Amino acid sequence: MSSPTLPDRTGHFGEFGGKFVIETLMPALEELEKLYNEARIDPEFQKQLKFYLEHYVGRPSPLYFAENLTRKLGGAKIYLKREDLNHTGAHKINNTIGSALLTLRMGKKRVIAETGAGQHGVATATAAALFDLECEVFMGEEDIRRQALNVFRMKLLGAKVIPVSSGTRTLKDATSEAIRNWITTVEDTHYIIGSVVGPHPFPMIVRDFQRIIGDETKEQIMQTEGRLPDVLVACVGGGSNSMGLFFPFAEDKQVKMIGVEAAGYGIETGKHGASLGHGAVGILHGMKSYLLFDGDGQITEAHSISAGLDYPGVGAEHSHFKDSKRAEYTSITDKEALEGFKLLSRTEGIIPALESAHAIAHVAKVAPNMKKDEVIVICLSGRGDKDVNQVADFLEEER
Amino acid sequence: MSRIQKQFDWLQSKNEKALVGFITAGDPDLESTRELFSVIEEGGADIIELGVPFSDPLADGPVIQAASQRSLKSGTTLKKIIQLVREIRQASQLPIVLMTSFNPVFVYGQQAFVKDAVEAGVDGVIVPDLPPEESEEFDAYALAQGLDVIYLLAPTSTPDRIKMIGSKSRGFIYYVSLTGVTGTRSSLAQGMEEKVKRIKQATALPVLIGFGISGPEQAKAASGFSDGVIVGSAIVRMIEENPDSAERNEKLKVFVRHLKQALQDCK
Repeated sequence: MSSPTLPDRTGHFGEFGGKFVIETLMPALEELEKLYNEARIDPEFQKQLKFYLEHYVGRPSPLYFAENLTRKLGGAKIYLKREDLNHTGAHKINNTIGSALLTLRMGKKRVIAETGAGQHGVATATAAALFDLECEVFMGEEDIRRQALNVFRMKLLGAKVIPVSSGTRTLKDATSEAIRNWITTVEDTHYIIGSVVGPHPFPMIVRDFQRIIGDETKEQIMQTEGRLPDVLVACVGGGSNSMGLFFPFAEDKQVKMIGVEAAGYGIETGKHGASLGHGAVGILHGMKSYLLFDGDGQITEAHSISAGLDYPGVGAEHSHFKDSKRAEYTSITDKEALEGFKLLSRTEGIIPALESAHAIAHVAKVAPNMKKDEVIVICLSGRGDKDVNQVADFLEEER
Repeated sequence: MSRIQKQFDWLQSKNEKALVGFITAGDPDLESTRELFSVIEEGGADIIELGVPFSDPLADGPVIQAASQRSLKSGTTLKKIIQLVREIRQASQLPIVLMTSFNPVFVYGQQAFVKDAVEAGVDGVIVPDLPPEESEEFDAYALAQGLDVIYLLAPTSTPDRIKMIGSKSRGFIYYVSLTGVTGTRSSLAQGMEEKVKRIKQATALPVLIGFGISGPEQAKAASGFSDGVIVGSAIVRMIEENPDSAERNEKLKVFVRHLKQALQDCK
């Protein structure tokens, strides 16, 4: 069962996680862990972090009762945790502000990041601009095509966007290339990883910086409903917004947690991103977790309409949540996600990120069968402005 | 005594340093690998390292990444590589080391892999993304079967880690000469000699230098303070650039011979 003491001393969440990296990086991971453990109990660091989260990111983000959506679906009460209202438009900034502050503490002057949808790249570029750090963002060529707006934003913010042409030219390859670059530059560079993935201590650090989503939710729902929610729903690519929402509720056993992965063209087509639902345990990007690979252990191509969920792995702690049955994981196809995208836009006037639209689409399926006094909280992890061109193309093709 | 250890003893008796030649198994196909193995052996390599292709090799630069892709395209699997080693062993007693990312081994089954590899005639394995912290299970199987697990040390390794890995590695120590991924470099990394000396103080194992060794001159320089070198990307590039196999084999044999000559008559 999940416990607040995880990861253990060796960086494992049960059987998952760990540090599967080349020796060159091991000392940097040890140093990062030590530095982070000092920072997390340093009141000065926490004060600084709190300051930027309040005055720069705009926290706390609202927990909004989606009355129209609730009425339309005719079942459980639906609340949206509005991470889309954060500065830069997604939850990613919670982690990049914290990680940039860690970078300063380390005395490093340069940061690198990988990005899929571009939200983490933008959030890293933003923090780098704020704290005057040199910034390079690795991004797959396919994602550069899909997310042109975010590429432009990163450049405006002074970051260098490095196109990655290897492999599937998406988030997986951008992550591999960022790790290779870190192997080369580790002495003066911090890697700001975008999700609860990678070698220990990254999954722990990113979770801790994202748990503010769940901490705030808990306080806000107690104020409005006077009790904890029945169900938490969030999309899962690498799994940072979902872990951020879930983690503070891990010990509240009555709260059900549902992670929604990308079913892409449909699980049966093999073109999806559902590592937890339909993958197996393996090792990639420094961690042991559920992954998508073939019979020889070669990582296979993930697919999702949303670049942020287009990843053949998932954070180790989610794998632990799955095996210990603390959370459930399901998946939503590209088509269903588009319906979720349109549904929220029309009922609430909120255009969600395609990633978050997966969570909306799942709730659209389950809320009608729930009682009216039951409460669902969805993590609306990001806003959908970045996706409108792609959605327009997709709807055009469909016609 | 293992084939690797015997080889080092023999080299020492002749005052020579070791040349490890690396090729990606299955690049461009496994039949070529069989042929290239003989060429590199005839050229004078002391150990041959076969790279197991992986879809996402994190420690590799563009040259070996591309070799991995070509190999996977031709249908290479870990199972087929082990079978190839079994066949090569009929004719050669040269020590063979596999270099692989951990996932193919993990998916194969750690115990089954060790057993099959040893039976086929593999002498050692290098798994860059399996540091001692994560290798307890694998190491136990390997130790039981007499398979050498060769660990890496790097310019960034701390004194504590040098000590720990120095006592844990078997066969030899693979010293990653630079803070970076595999690939040829125009010059040797600074501070290498001092680091290697420190490693040699911490372990009795031979210390070999890899990553970035591109030709005989660098090999000679590096062998002045180490027990030998590992040459990978330079060989792999030669294979890539010479599609005609006769020409390729001839060039490669000469290249390996020059590398080996640079490592002879060492003090």
